[in-house]
Amino acid sequence: MIHSLFLVNASGDIFLEKHWKSVVSRSVCDYFFEAQERATEPENVPPVISTPHHYLISVLRHRIYFVAVIQSEVPPLFVIEFLHRVVDTFQDYFGVCTEAAIKDNVVVVYELLEEMLDNGFPLATESNILKELIKPPTILRTMVNTITGSTNVGEQLPTGQLSVVPWRRTGVKYTNNEAYFDVVEEIDAIIDKSGSTITAEIQGVIDACVKLTGMPDLTLSFMNPRLLDDVSFHPCVRFKRWEAERILSFIPPDGNFRLLSYHVSSQNLVAIPVYVKHNITFREGSSQGRFDLTLGPKQTMGKAVESVLVSSQLPRGVLNASLNPSQGTYTFDPVTKLLTWDVGKINPQKLPSLKGTMSLQAGASKPDENPTINIQFKIQQMAISGLKVNRLDMYGEKYKPFKGIKYMTKAGKFQDLPTQ
Amino acid sequence: MTDSKYFTTTKKGEIFELKAELNSDKKEKKKEAVKKVIASMTVGKDVSALFPDVVNCMQTDNLELKKLVYLYLMNYAKSQPDMAIMAVNTFVKDCEDPNPLIRALAVRTMGCIRVDKITEYLCEPLRKCLKDEDPYVRKTAAVCVAKLHDINAQLVEDQGFLDTLKDLISDSNPMVVANAVAALSEIAESHPNSNLLDLNPQTINKLLTALNECTEWGQIFILDCLANYTPRDDRESQSICERVTPRLSHANSAVVLSAVKVLMKFMEMLPKDLDYYGTLLKKLAPPLVTLLSAEPELQYVALRNINLIVQRRYVLGDDLRRMFLYYSLVLGNSRLSPIKVMFTIAWYITVLAELKEYATEVDVDFVRKAVRAIGRCAIKVEQSAERCVSTLLDLIQTKVNYVVQEAIVVIKDIFRKYPNKYESVIGTLCENLDSLDEPEARAAMIWIVGEYAERIDNADELLESFLEGFHDESTQVQLQLLTAIVKLFLKKPTETQELVQQVLSLATQDSDNPDLRDRGYIYWRLLSTDPVAAKEVVLAEKPLISEETDLIEPTLLEELICHIGTLASVYHKPPSAFVEGSRGVQHKRLAGSSVESPDAGSAAGASEAPPAVIPSQGDLLGDLLNLDLTPPTTAGPPPPPSSGMQMGAMDLLGGGLDSLVGLLHNTTLLVSVQVWLPAMKAKGLEISGTFARRAGVIQMEMTLTNKAMSVMTDFAIQFNRNSFGLAPAGPLQVLSPLSPNQSIEVTLPLNTVGPVMKMDPLNNLQVAVKNNIDVFYFSCQYPISMLFVEDGKMERQVFLATWKDIPNDNESQFQIKDCHLNASSSKLQGSNIFTIAKRTVEGQDMLYQSMKLTNGIWLLAELRVQTGNPNYTVSTVLGLFMSWSHNTVVVLVLC
Repeated sequence: MIHSLFLVNASGDIFLEKHWKSVVSRSVCDYFFEAQERATEPENVPPVISTPHHYLISVLRHRIYFVAVIQSEVPPLFVIEFLHRVVDTFQDYFGVCTEAAIKDNVVVVYELLEEMLDNGFPLATESNILKELIKPPTILRTMVNTITGSTNVGEQLPTGQLSVVPWRRTGVKYTNNEAYFDVVEEIDAIIDKSGSTITAEIQGVIDACVKLTGMPDLTLSFMNPRLLDDVSFHPCVRFKRWEAERILSFIPPDGNFRLLSYHVSSQNLVAIPVYVKHNITFREGSSQGRFDLTLGPKQTMGKAVESVLVSSQLPRGVLNASLNPSQGTYTFDPVTKLLTWDVGKINPQKLPSLKGTMSLQAGASKPDENPTINIQFKIQQMAISGLKVNRLDMYGEKYKPFKGIKYMTKAGKFQDLPTQ
Repeated sequence: MTDSKYFTTTKKGEIFELKAELNSDKKEKKKEAVKKVIASMTVGKDVSALFPDVVNCMQTDNLELKKLVYLYLMNYAKSQPDMAIMAVNTFVKDCEDPNPLIRALAVRTMGCIRVDKITEYLCEPLRKCLKDEDPYVRKTAAVCVAKLHDINAQLVEDQGFLDTLKDLISDSNPMVVANAVAALSEIAESHPNSNLLDLNPQTINKLLTALNECTEWGQIFILDCLANYTPRDDRESQSICERVTPRLSHANSAVVLSAVKVLMKFMEMLPKDLDYYGTLLKKLAPPLVTLLSAEPELQYVALRNINLIVQRRYVLGDDLRRMFLYYSLVLGNSRLSPIKVMFTIAWYITVLAELKEYATEVDVDFVRKAVRAIGRCAIKVEQSAERCVSTLLDLIQTKVNYVVQEAIVVIKDIFRKYPNKYESVIGTLCENLDSLDEPEARAAMIWIVGEYAERIDNADELLESFLEGFHDESTQVQLQLLTAIVKLFLKKPTETQELVQQVLSLATQDSDNPDLRDRGYIYWRLLSTDPVAAKEVVLAEKPLISEETDLIEPTLLEELICHIGTLASVYHKPPSAFVEGSRGVQHKRLAGSSVESPDAGSAAGASEAPPAVIPSQGDLLGDLLNLDLTPPTTAGPPPPPSSGMQMGAMDLLGGGLDSLVGLLHNTTLLVSVQVWLPAMKAKGLEISGTFARRAGVIQMEMTLTNKAMSVMTDFAIQFNRNSFGLAPAGPLQVLSPLSPNQSIEVTLPLNTVGPVMKMDPLNNLQVAVKNNIDVFYFSCQYPISMLFVEDGKMERQVFLATWKDIPNDNESQFQIKDCHLNASSSKLQGSNIFTIAKRTVEGQDMLYQSMKLTNGIWLLAELRVQTGNPNYTVSTVLGLFMSWSHNTVVVLVLC
């Protein structure tokens, strides 16, 4: 299992090390540094590096490399998942996960790592349990501790660790009981010039923020659960009930968590919320090209398309572009040839357009390529897949909670491909 | 105020200062000091000098302080073992604390102190904690056993902790079960042959129940453990699959991949026509693709695994479209090797819409790769070839210069893969002749024209047009043009004489390039001396090209499928190839697919069994070498076997009859053909074989199979020193190179004049085989009967005397059960087992037999046959070798 952990900052210094078994010399990281040197970009360091006696598995987050040292055959995904969990925990505890934050809280960090792993086996990784064992540092608590000499370490056995709901601590109390769910969908699509979809898929998540007293048992049902055929759940969701009734039934963890993530793929007919009409032409022998692009909403159920940003890589022969946006601002970088147009909100009555001319290199032959157009946007109050929550019920507790559900759609990788 | 203050005091007298603070009376000051010490330790400073002072702080009620001191102890106990003893008492006391948190913490910390002296004190508290009423303590103690095993394996076995750990698999608490499994798996890794994780349907059921309730990490341990189980039948494997399937929806990708591994393995056992099989296949795809939308590191590992899975099964289907899209879009991410992945994927894509879209993209480099992907797709998947060709033709119609050129290069390969199928498109290709400016494309086009000269009416004109700028072309094109024109000449000699003259003189006289000149001269001489031979050489049939670079050898793939989600799957190498200290790694195979009859596993089992029944072998070697039989002179009747003797013999066997019966089963393998060297261990070379004695010559009969993708040559063989001095009597007769998928049978005569060394078991033979790739080692066991010589018939009198003379200790006796003997003594004699006498006592036939080994040692046996009873009793004497001598008899009887 996991032998040791080294934290390496952007300048290549090891600023923290932790060993769960015997001590592994720092020099093992030299192999990592070698790989780092070979990689052109920081994120290109291979995640699994083999050295004569160990394997180094690393993740890069917040510009810190978390390098785990393992000695025997271990599922690499296991290690990677665990490292990400470590980062999440740090972030949860300190608000940010930076070198400074880790150094400022080194004792807590050490205590956390000690609790998270025992002899290389994960021990407690649920934030609820960890928080019972080791209280997160707050300004108030630090002050109280300094004055009274009490500690961050909990005195009690983490009861949650032994219950059947290890993700929830006991004795939770709130004056305002509330449960919020955010349905966020990202749409990835490729559209050809005629407007027909080549591929489209939706990646969705439901993030929850649940602050409820006691041991609430929630059920969440959907208007159209059939949409969800490819899902991964938080461990709290009762899978059997989902299989049988298509209802999400669960005792939620306390605080923020991701209830489920899902995919809706092209088989289920993904509606495309915007369309692009464009006409980009170059004439043979002329040093001018015409550029004409119009955006419009499509199948948005009356919701506004916001924060629209269009970008396109223009052909190399284009020297400059002089365009006239009907709204928003545009920039053209003559070096990278990247055109970006910050459109803002699309008004269905007055469609935004970008028209004008492009100047070409004199004497150059006609660029025979048509550029790809990437689009980003957001639509509030709508899940593009059509997923709708039907109702949320609570059992097991007497009070009436405040419930809220929010929908949002974003563009993931949304490309418009021109063809000839 | 933050912890960073602990880092700031780096003055010279720091250690001294800390020492003073640690010994302070004020609790608060003490704690601060310990924190400073820990901080220094973290950044790698040596604060071991403070050991006694820190240990003094341990006896405290303050939990945080206790933890900090524990942290310190774990780090430094090794360097200060004597000091660490001081801490033991506190640990033992803490292990009985009413607070389970403290009990668990103490046992956890003790396990981390890697000092032998402390380890001894750990045993008692650990035993208590393993049976603690609180599951939290039990689960911590389970891991502690693994820690202890790492420090002192013998101690763990002696103290019986392994059994306690096995009991914990049936614990009521799922977390305890998961940790017990994790600990056992880790321990099992250092004992590859022990069956620590002895899985049976009951334990499997326990594990599956725990699977639903334990943490995500516990689920990974349990799933990985399940993957090692071999279900009894398809119903059991279906029920396991059913219970594992929900894990595919887990948010933790490692859980998902481990579940995929279990499913992939157990699916092998399900009948393919089962409805459930299809359902399961469908369920596998979406989670695999979902893995790819995670963090880049996860994607990397996931992709390497998907690459394996898709080679094994068509699991992905429509979902590949999604994956492909995804990869087309994140192509810039070089943590992956997307192009390679794309090819593997492209292989399955029969719908080429996306590729076609991409083939008209802006990025020239990407377009080329997309076009090549279409070509490889055509070559790899025959069904898709037609669509691929028509797509390529569409692309040529676009007239986009580099697309056309790339397409022509690709089409050339398609022609070679599918001859006489798509040549109708040549016309279209010829239209684009003028636009080709890249050497590779020009060369490809010229090759096409030359190859299909008889179908292209104006082939000579086309080639002539290239010839005009002959000297400006790159070498690649020049060589191709030369060959093409010679081909053309051989096909249409009447019209092209002038052209061929021209090209030959250009190549031989006006060129500086030696390759070109050489080729020109060769053609020239061929054409002038023997045009028929020239035709045979130049127009020889070309081998079909194949596209297999991304594919993994089937044997390796099979093994890797069992290792989905592990490092092996990332490197695409078997674990034995790289895992450090892989202590006799077990090769895992898929259950449903064992083609060879004796599996590698059972062969290994056979090699383990014999030592169990070999009695003390202290001076066996000396005896083996020096034993000198003096023929006894006294004579007498053969002694009837007394019951007392039987009993003694039974005891002597130690293992008793059960082990013998087990042995019998194994020994039958010795004469059948066995796989000695599996292909996955020897870079694709598989050796199976057997031993035989034919006409007084011992022979090793081997079948060498090349399961790799390259040709093997230069075979040689050598034996290690062995018990009977066996050595090859001649070189290994493999004369011709062994091409892929070819097998060759070799008979190697052996003699017994080689160097002698006692082996364990005695009939073990270690062999080294060399080829052009590497040297491989394997060991095999030869049947002892092979060593029986023809003059093994003992005089009757001598037999009787010898039998008597040999001490009882040298005799062993066993029964052969349920064996229907019809071998006559002549058949036995054929195997050089000579029947000296036969008599009937109380309805039992007694056969007395003698055998002589190559090194002059005699073996005597008595075979008792009860008429109408399928059980036989065999007594053998001269029992120095009895453990295998009766094996041999049995083998002969059974054959």
